[in-house]
Formats: sequence, C-alpha cells, structure tokens
Amino acid sequence: MGILRSLTLLLIALASVLSLPATAQDEDPGEQLLFNLAEAPASKVEEAINAIVSSGDERARGWIEAYGNNRLSRIKDTGQVVLVLNNRGRDWEIANPLTGENMGDMSRRELDRVAINNRIRGQLEGILAMLDLNAADPDVREASAQDMMGKVDASLVAPLEARLEQEGSARVRNRIEEALAIYRVGEGNLEAIDVLAGSLHPRARAALNEAVRGDNPALATKAKQALGTIEQKLKLNRAAETLYFGLSLGSVLVLAAIGLAITFGVMGVINMAHGELIMLGAYTTWGMQQLFPGQPGLALILSIPTGFMVAATAGIIIERSVIQYLKGRPLETLLATFGISLILQQLVRTVISPQNRTVVTPEWMSGSLVINDALSLTLNRLYVLAFALVVFATLMLIMRKTRLGLEVRAVTQNRNMARSMGIRATRVDIMTFALGSGVAGLAGVALSQLTNVGPNLGQNYIIDSFMVVVFGGVGNLWGTLIAGLSLGTINQLLEPWAGAVLAKIIVLVFIILFIQKRPKGLFPQKGRAAEG
Amino acid sequence: MAISQNWLLRPFQERSTQIFLGVLFAALVVVTFLHLFMPQDSALHVSAYTVTLLGKYLCYALLAVAVDLVWGYLGILSLGHGAFFALGGYAMGMYLMRQIGDRGTYGDPILPDFMVFLNWDELPWYWLGFDMAWFAFIMVLLAPGILALVFGFLAFRSRVTGVYLSIITQALTFALMLAFFRNEMGFGGNNGLTDFRDILGFNLRTDATRLGLFIATGIALAIGYVICRAIVTSKLGRVSIACRDAEARTRFLGYRVERVQLFVFVVSAMLAGVAGALYVPQVGIINPSEFSPLFSIEIVVWVALGGRATLYGAVIGAILVNYAKTVFTGVMPDAWLFALGGLFVLVTVFLPKGIAGLLQKRRKAKTDDDTPTGQEATA
Repeated sequence: MGILRSLTLLLIALASVLSLPATAQDEDPGEQLLFNLAEAPASKVEEAINAIVSSGDERARGWIEAYGNNRLSRIKDTGQVVLVLNNRGRDWEIANPLTGENMGDMSRRELDRVAINNRIRGQLEGILAMLDLNAADPDVREASAQDMMGKVDASLVAPLEARLEQEGSARVRNRIEEALAIYRVGEGNLEAIDVLAGSLHPRARAALNEAVRGDNPALATKAKQALGTIEQKLKLNRAAETLYFGLSLGSVLVLAAIGLAITFGVMGVINMAHGELIMLGAYTTWGMQQLFPGQPGLALILSIPTGFMVAATAGIIIERSVIQYLKGRPLETLLATFGISLILQQLVRTVISPQNRTVVTPEWMSGSLVINDALSLTLNRLYVLAFALVVFATLMLIMRKTRLGLEVRAVTQNRNMARSMGIRATRVDIMTFALGSGVAGLAGVALSQLTNVGPNLGQNYIIDSFMVVVFGGVGNLWGTLIAGLSLGTINQLLEPWAGAVLAKIIVLVFIILFIQKRPKGLFPQKGRAAEG
Repeated sequence: MAISQNWLLRPFQERSTQIFLGVLFAALVVVTFLHLFMPQDSALHVSAYTVTLLGKYLCYALLAVAVDLVWGYLGILSLGHGAFFALGGYAMGMYLMRQIGDRGTYGDPILPDFMVFLNWDELPWYWLGFDMAWFAFIMVLLAPGILALVFGFLAFRSRVTGVYLSIITQALTFALMLAFFRNEMGFGGNNGLTDFRDILGFNLRTDATRLGLFIATGIALAIGYVICRAIVTSKLGRVSIACRDAEARTRFLGYRVERVQLFVFVVSAMLAGVAGALYVPQVGIINPSEFSPLFSIEIVVWVALGGRATLYGAVIGAILVNYAKTVFTGVMPDAWLFALGGLFVLVTVFLPKGIAGLLQKRRKAKTDDDTPTGQEATA
C-alpha cells in the first residue's frame, strides 16, 4: 500500500514536471522576476538581477542581455514587461519575453524603457559570463571561461571558485583556473604563475608579460621563466602547424599531379589539359550542389564518383579525338592538349560564367580540430589530406594488384614486347588515360573545398603538377607522393621568412637546378625501360 | 650557281631568302608610301595606328624566327622564350623610363614615378647606366643572352632534353613572372614600366617616330632572318640539325653537342630580346604578363602554324595568328580562345608541317609532275 502511494505521488510529480509549459502560461515564475527587475529602485536592481541569475531559468540570459541593450520595456497601460525586437522608427516590434511570441508593432509612446544605470551595465558582462558558466553544454562553459580570462575582478573570484568546485569537465576547470590565475598573478601571487606556465593562451602570456614589467622582482623573475617555457612550447606548436600546412599543400599537389604521373609516365603524353580536367571535377562538385540544394555533404560525396566519371569521359574523348593521332610526338601532344585546355577554359567561361562559383563546405568539414590554444587543424585540409592518401593507396593497388595495372606496367616498360604478348596496347592507352583523367577529376572535387572554383583553377595547378612529376621521377607513383609532400612542405617552410611569392620562386629555381643534377627526377626508372 | 664560301653571304643566294627579303622590303616601302603620301581620307591611307600595329606584328615575327631557330633547327621546344622577349623589353623600358626625366607625375629628375611612389631614395644599382642609350641597347642583348647562357649551360651540360627541357623552360618564365610581379624587384611590379616619352630624342607620340620604329623593326627582322639563315646553312647549322634528329649519334661522332646547343640557344635568346626591345616603345608598356607561360606557348603555335624549320614560316605564322587575334578580339572577344585552342589542335593533328609545308608541297608538285602528291603527304 505504502509503495503504491509513493508511486502515485511520484507519477503526479512527474506529470506536473512534464506539464510545466502548460501551467507556465498562468503562473510563470519568470513573470514575477521580470516584474521585480522592472519595479526595482536603483539600489535593488542588483538584487533583482541576482534573483534572475540564481533562478536557473534558461531564458535568463536572453532577458539580461536585452536589459543590457535597453531592449526591455514595459507597456504603459498593462505594466507587462516585453522584449523590444526592433527599436527603429516610430513603432517598435515587441515580443513576449516569457514565450518568445511576437506581439507585433506598438507605438514607442506606449512603451516605457526599463531603466539601467552604468554601474550595473559594467557588471552585466561578468554576470552573463557567469550565466554561461552554468550552461549545460561544456563547450559554452569553456568558451565563457575563456572569455573571462583577464577580465576577472575581485567580485568574480568567489563565484568562480564556487563554480570550480562543482565543475565536472577538465577542460572547463583548466580554463577557470587559468582565468583565476591571471587575476592572482596581477595580485602578486607566485604560485599562480605555475598555472599560467602551462597555458598557451595569449591572455596568459599577456598577464605574464605584465608581471615581468611590474615592480615585484620575485614575481618578475618567475614570470620570465614561465614565459621561456611557453615560448618553447609555442615554437614546437608553430613547427607542427607549418608541417601540417606543408603536408596539406603537399597533398593537394599530390592529388593534382598523380593523374598526370600516370598519363605522363605510361604514355609519355604531356597532357596540358590536365589542369582543366581538375577544373571539370571541381565544377562537377558545384553542379552536384546545385542538384541537391541544402545537402552539401551528400552532394560532395556523390561528386566523388561523378567527378571521376566526368573527367574520365572527357579524358577518353581527348585521347580518341586528338592524342591517338600524335603517337610518338610528345612535343606536338603538348601543344594540342594546350589548345584543348584553352577551349575547355573558354567553354566554362561561356557556358557557366567567367566568375568564380561558390562551393559550399558541408557542416562536418568546416571548423577545425583544436589541439591546444596555439594549434588547431582546419578540418577541410585534414579531410583532403586523408583523401589524397586514400586515392594514392587505391591507385597503388590498381597498379600493383589488378590485371589493368599489370598491363599498364607492361606497356610502360616495353610497348612492342607487351603487344606481342597479346596485350591490346591501344585499349591500355585509353584505360590509362581515363584513369589519369578521372583522378584529376577527384583532385578537382577535393580542391573545390580549399580554393575558388573558377575557369582559371586548372591553370594555377598545371605548372606545379608538372614540377611534382618531373621532380619525383616520371612513371613512379611513390616518387610523385614524396615529391608532392616534400615540395609542399618546403614551400611552407620558406613562406614565413620569404613570403608566398618568393617561396614559390625559390622552389621553382630549386627544381630547375635539381633537374640539372638528376635529369630523371628523384626516383628515375631503371633498366631498359629507362632508355625508351 | 656556285655556292659562296662566305657563310654570311650564303643566305642571299638562296631563293627563299631572296623572296622573303623582297617581300619584306616591298611591304615596308608600300606601307611607308601609303602612310606618308596618301591623303587622310583616302581608303588606301595607312593610319599611324595601323603602322604601329604592323610594327608589333613584325616584332612578333622576329620573336617567332628566334623560336623557330631553336625548335626547328635544334629540336628544343622552348616554352620560355617569352622570358627573353620580356627581358629585352624591360631593358628598353628602363632606358625609356630614364628618358622621362623630370616630366613624370612626381617630377623627380632621376627616380621613375613608381620608385618615388614606393618611397625609394635612390636608384637600385641595376638601374645605373640605363640613362645612356648605348648601354641600354647592349643590355637588350646581354640580359636575355646571359640568362640563356647560364640556363643553357646548366641544362645542356647535364643533357636535359625533350619534354623535361620544355617543362623547365616553362618553370623559368613562370618564376620570372612571379618575380617581376613583386614591387621589391624594382621593375614597377604588376604595372610594369610605362608612360614613355622619348626614344633617342624623338618624341614617341609623333607619327614620324612610329613610322621610324616600324621601319627599324622591319630592318631588324630582315637582319635577324639573315643571321638565322646564315647559321642554319653553315656547318654549325648542319651539326645543329644533326643534334635535333639524333643527339646521341652526333655526340658519338665527336661533336660537342652542348656547345652547339648553347650557341644557338643564346643567339635565339638575343634575337628574342631585340624583338622585345622594339616591341616596348611601340606598344608603350612592358609588364610581367609578357612572362606568362601562356604567351610563350602561343609563340610556339605561331611557329607550328607557319611551319617549323623554315624560318619564313614562322614569320607567316606570327603575322597571321596575330592578325586573327586583332580581328577576333575586336569582333567577338569570347571566341578568340576557342579559335586559338582549335588552331593548336588542328595544326598539330592535320598540319604538322604548317603553312610552309603546304607551300613546299605545291611547289614540288609543280616541279616534278611524276610524283603523285598523295605519297608525299604520307612521307
């Protein structure tokens, strides 16, 4: 019997909790809170605000923000407190602060602004931050704690310490500790410096720098040491960042060049239209996003196979219509394919637009992976890097493990011998060219996430791609991978002290000189195949 | 006809050179006459604008001859000849810049406008001497010549040939383009050098100077053509053709292939430099876009269209393509790249010997009637 009763009570309690929104309409605690704030004389405002903050109401932040922005008003007739959504002009657009319901326009003469004084306004920022510190989402809590760094004053120390007691997330705890430590260093606390020494945040450094300049010698010496430690860590992080950008640029180069490495290496064909095949891949992504508006992620994934097919088809057309007639005349092929590249560029300009098109980055690819305060890796570059490696591995597999790969290698090494063994060299040519072109299309899909998609996209990459292939050694996929990644990294290493343009020039000159030393690239083909 | 032993006179005994020089001088005389003595409103009057346009074509023709010398007779497909052209142009541009004197916008007697704008205090060392015409004209030859010498020395010594050489010549001009775009280089950044006034004391904006430049360009083309002809008909030229057709075999026969290549390459670069130097005063500007790989590769197509290894074919190709460009960009600018691209493809696939090849085939068909033309086409 007793159990049953307690169960019933529990049910009733649950029901009342669940039906809260329904009952809120007649008796919302928020209404009273707002009324108190609006009614409060200047001396009691702080009390009223504290009541709102400590109520734990989720809407509290909106109210206090509105209050700070002079957007809280009362209707003169009824005394109801309302939010002013738009206070331009004669009629103001207002809303119910409790439900958020829009109440239409009302003449501003019928409204009475809830007054605020400057002392309170100064405190509001801290109050809002404290509110955010109580938010359910740890990310919001962390952001607000970070926001407080350097802004902590004596009044905030106690609430922060209280918050620190109950905080569950280690990230947020760190932040709060750092925020407190910055305040304490300012107060001359030596131990607080140890906390800051572990932080990479610029505000922690600013606080330490101030301590170094300050007139407390013990503090200054210790702060100096701490700064030294931080500087070391920053250096490491900067190196890691440069490396990341270098690898990212390198992965782009690899993607752009690897298709070229296949066609150039196997067929000895200089495909100057390769850049435009990349461009086609990028435009395919744009096209897919037009087909699936509002679903950029799906469109992007679908454009991987589509981009491959579009570019591969274009490649087959180029091979059949032009290149097959220029067998054994590599320099002429260069000219003819250059002509094709001009035509494709102009085609895009005429049919689509000479302007750049925007390709949307899907949600899951934007943003960055935060390692620490000094190092965060942009996600899109990370994805492209991974994509490049996957494409490379797949190509390696195709070349090493499939029948097509076997035939391609045979034709590369000795065309006539391969033919006499029954390999249809023409078919291999078509397949290789399609494969190389398709990979260019994939590169385009990836590039659409990093750069502008426009008619000149291909031109910007063609020279770099050739450099990578030539540097790595023709007909060697590993060479292309290593050449691409290392050229990208070298470029990024040079950039900080030479500037982007000069870095590029230095890399070009380096390659020109390198070719003098090793005319066949990093990994030259060996044996008889090299003589062909 | 006895063939002269003097290599410099030999070209004048060739039928093709005689015809070429005849046509060129006739054109110069006719244009000059029509410009000077026809009334302004006559349909036959050649305006100063047209004279300058024709002068520009002749510069391109000289440039094409230079490219044909290395591509047609040495087998080196240079995708970077625009760099030599532009260097010659910059040398001339620097001279013209110094001639402006204190008539620039900022009125500085020594510093060009863009340097005043960049707050430079004095001329960089490499600008010294360019106020003297003789020095500038020597630099027109030396700047591209030295670049070609260094680049060629490195490349030919290590036997970089074929496609690799083409790619690195392209890298060369691309790197130079990037470099000249930088303001710090002291060549005016992406605006380049412009706003010229005088050349050798003649006002560049008068019709008479323009006509003079046109005639000078024509003469330069004639001289350049004869020099190239002299080279290719000389013993050196024979070796150079041998390098083109079988480099390894020529080397095994005991010839120093890289020296031949270097010599021809440097001469060609200097000719390109002269073309650039004559081009700049006529168009009135030089900027880094002349270094663009696209321009260099376009030159190659002029030669391919005209016919490789003929020299006069290069002239025909350069003038035809550029005339077409003038017409197209005026009438339907969007179609120009289609036309140019199509030209690349059609010429390489269907017309491997270019227009000159067509002319030769016709003449042969006329002289020996018993050879069916069809067979020759396949040969």
